[in-house]
Amino acid sequence: MTEIGLGHYLTLGAIIFSIGIIGIFLNRKNIIVILMSIELILLAVNINLVSFSIFLGDLTGQVFTLFILTVAAAEAAIGLAIIVVYYRNSGTIRVEEIDELKG
Amino acid sequence: MIAHSIFFYTFSIIAIVSAIMVTASKNTVHSVFFLILDFISISCLFIMIGAEFLGMIMLIVYVGAVAVLFLFVVMMLNVAQQKNQWFSSEDSSKHIPVGLIIGTVIFVELIIVIGGWKFKPDLFDINNSIESIKISNTHSLGQVLYTDYIHVFQISGMILLVAMIGAIVLTFRKREGVKTQSYIKQISRERSDGVSVLKVESNKGVKIDD
Repeated sequence: MTEIGLGHYLTLGAIIFSIGIIGIFLNRKNIIVILMSIELILLAVNINLVSFSIFLGDLTGQVFTLFILTVAAAEAAIGLAIIVVYYRNSGTIRVEEIDELKG
Repeated sequence: MIAHSIFFYTFSIIAIVSAIMVTASKNTVHSVFFLILDFISISCLFIMIGAEFLGMIMLIVYVGAVAVLFLFVVMMLNVAQQKNQWFSSEDSSKHIPVGLIIGTVIFVELIIVIGGWKFKPDLFDINNSIESIKISNTHSLGQVLYTDYIHVFQISGMILLVAMIGAIVLTFRKREGVKTQSYIKQISRERSDGVSVLKVESNKGVKIDD
């Protein structure tokens, strides 16, 4: 069994990032799962930052991981509030039925 | 080193499988639970490679706050029982190949980047390097965070404040027809509003307007 290095952690981050992207594209259910996929993407970014920070011996990566955590929490709160307001007005959050902008 | 490998593979396989289950499971509540499992296993990885503070913060912030927020919204909106057709809907069939192609291309690009990079030779002469092994991770992070990055720290606090106010303003709803106290009315009430002195003549009584 080979030694676990930086590449293993970066590969893990890449896999989780790709799963998040695919989840955004393939999701037909509701917007909450799309928000969860965005959280997965931010998690993958955090994995990359922390593993670079540990393996290069530089603390800046961990500091910025903290800030990404802050922004992710704020984004989740605002996004869920918007979803609640939209559900209250239109009664659905299914992705297919949200077509008021005709996009 | 063997234990390190075993733990790494265990936690990362759990993380990947639960990340797939987040997007693939039919029930939204199950998705939230798999998201929690994902965060827990990734924070175990963080603790394992020496970023203990961030691992604990991930547990507190994500599992304790964000996932519970998701769960709360899922329960409140009554979408948990929605029977979804993840693959069977007609509209979604044209999204699936596009999404898979884009995801695969991004993954291959990332793998190429990971496989092909090298360190810059003078990379290790940086100021913020972790100097001594005696200082714990939390201690050294605090030494950097509250000195060099104090302004960014304050700005992140402002972001949280704005997010909090925004969420409250978005979801606040004023209801009609609810009886509430009005303190300003109570305080500004004068004696003349409630009491009037009448001169009552004998054998006639008083007629009060109402």
